[in-house]
Amino acid sequence: MKKALFALLIVALVAVPAFAQFKVGLVTDVGGIDDRSFNQGTWEGILRFAQENKLPKANYKYLQSSAEADYVPNLSTFADEALNLIIAPGFLFEKAMGDVAVNYPTRKFLIIDAVVSKPNVVSAVFAEHEGSFLVGVAAALKAKADGKNVLGFIGGMKFPLIEKFQAGFEQGVKAVDGSLRVLVDYAGDFAAPDKGQALAQKQFNAGAYIIFHAAGGTGNGMIKEAKERSQKGDVRWAIGVDKDQYADGVYGTKSAVLTSMMKRVDVAAYEVSKMTLQGKFPGGQVMVFSLANDGVGIPATNPNLSADIVAKVKEFATRIKSGALKVSEVPAK
Amino acid sequence: MSFKILFEMFPIALMFAAPIIIASLGGLFSERSGIVNIALEGIMMVGAFAAATVTVLLEGSTPLASWLGLTAGLAAGLIFSLLHAAASINLKANQVISGTALNILAGGLTVYLCQIIFRQQRTRAFSNGIQKMSVPLLEDIPVVGRMFFSGNYPTFYISIFLVLATWFLVYKTPFGLRMRSCGEHPQAAASMGINVSLMRYIGVLASGALGGLAGGVMVLTADIQYTLVTIHGTGFIALASLVFGKWNPFGVLGAGLFFGFSTALSFYAKDIPGMSSLPGEFFYALPYILTIVALVVFAGKAVGPKAAGEIYDSGKR
Repeated sequence: MKKALFALLIVALVAVPAFAQFKVGLVTDVGGIDDRSFNQGTWEGILRFAQENKLPKANYKYLQSSAEADYVPNLSTFADEALNLIIAPGFLFEKAMGDVAVNYPTRKFLIIDAVVSKPNVVSAVFAEHEGSFLVGVAAALKAKADGKNVLGFIGGMKFPLIEKFQAGFEQGVKAVDGSLRVLVDYAGDFAAPDKGQALAQKQFNAGAYIIFHAAGGTGNGMIKEAKERSQKGDVRWAIGVDKDQYADGVYGTKSAVLTSMMKRVDVAAYEVSKMTLQGKFPGGQVMVFSLANDGVGIPATNPNLSADIVAKVKEFATRIKSGALKVSEVPAK
Repeated sequence: MSFKILFEMFPIALMFAAPIIIASLGGLFSERSGIVNIALEGIMMVGAFAAATVTVLLEGSTPLASWLGLTAGLAAGLIFSLLHAAASINLKANQVISGTALNILAGGLTVYLCQIIFRQQRTRAFSNGIQKMSVPLLEDIPVVGRMFFSGNYPTFYISIFLVLATWFLVYKTPFGLRMRSCGEHPQAAASMGINVSLMRYIGVLASGALGGLAGGVMVLTADIQYTLVTIHGTGFIALASLVFGKWNPFGVLGAGLFFGFSTALSFYAKDIPGMSSLPGEFFYALPYILTIVALVVFAGKAVGPKAAGEIYDSGKR
């Protein structure tokens, strides 16, 4: 009886259709799988891919890293298990991914939001300037509708990646009305909420109505200041970054977060998984996720934006997608 | 520099200064009793976590949520510092090692608790936190009113009160004299019938309570939720201001204000003619550079409690 069962099992294993053998794995950074940010977003992309292709449950999984020292062992574990695609989100993986890709030249890897130039690694990056352009448009329209003429931008540190956010935002604002002013400050820190709050006080004092941040944890302080002022009747707005930050801005029944510039890591994970399954793994390439392939953009729902503004934002999005409107990556001097 | 900018800088500088002053006073109690407490950073994290959590959970039911949050931060810091007290007083462990262990533990512990309570790596965002306020009447005083009494966080006034209370307790009461003697020469204190272990316990627990309070102040004034980066080194800045302030409550107040203002200045410097041509990185480093310069110029020889950091050996003479 036992033998018969065993034989049956072997037959079953051999008979599984080829696509069901496809295995994909995610290694999270220290933020954990439910960080409401990059890890979770990437996992959602993998889930969507798995459901569409009816992968059995054992064929998609994740390993959580509890320290930076876990990155290499976790990536190697999946490589040893011969997964067809191994995904890691965030620039923190840059070094680990490079090392592991060399150790396992026959495995396929995807790194999101960073570039690793190895023949078996795909790098997914985002056109942040395009998404920032759209929130710039939304901010400018909102300001004009409420009779204000100053906006603000707070960056984490001043280097080309963060300047892409600034450049896109400024161009979006100017595209609506060239007479609007954008104040720009850099905190010099991605992890200092108090500095974010100080800069927000400074910009709000100088008349800024809406501030867009590309400053990670530092931006939390800016959202606090926007909430605090709005609660006292002096309405000001914050624009979130990377993910939909609406929930972070909630006070009472409202939210001080106008909209957010989202990087769709789920789209990147989904697309590259699909290509790999179809045998079109774009090894060694840098894939840019832009408006054209829904890699950046504003959230699906924006309770704080009027239908008018959303419609105008979509109009600009279409023009950028079609190539009729080019957004520069560097801020105007 | 116009006066408008100067007035604008006050609320910002005082926001930065309040948690530094409060945590620094905590360090003062601990070191005056003879125990070095480099765990201030970790204690602040635990306090901030507790304050944010209680605020989030209670804000639907009571308008006093953030004040209860502050109290919870104070209590959590106190309990957390028990570990340091037990290790360094009862078990006679090296105080620097024990403090470092607490700093490392705090990050993991708070994130773990967030995971259990909120199912994410940070607390949920609270709606209110502590709000800026203006003091009626006092804000109408010319100049001074605009500097200290309009649009500031009430936590700054708490820090001023604590400076005065600490000064009175440490320098004007028999208890303070006994505690200081334990930090200078514990064997001599013991020979006069003072319970050195008890005094040191009080010192460390006071530092835990104040450190936890400082963490709560920081998260509820500057942030919207507790995350791993909420405190980002402020506990170490507080330790530096303790040395800078020469282990004296008023010195600590001065050091905290100094640090707050140099940080605020770094944000406004690029708009001040003459300073705007310097690179941005210079201003990010400014608070630290100014602190070092001030230490060299004004501090002279920083003399701390003689026996701080030394394991108490009752047999030593």
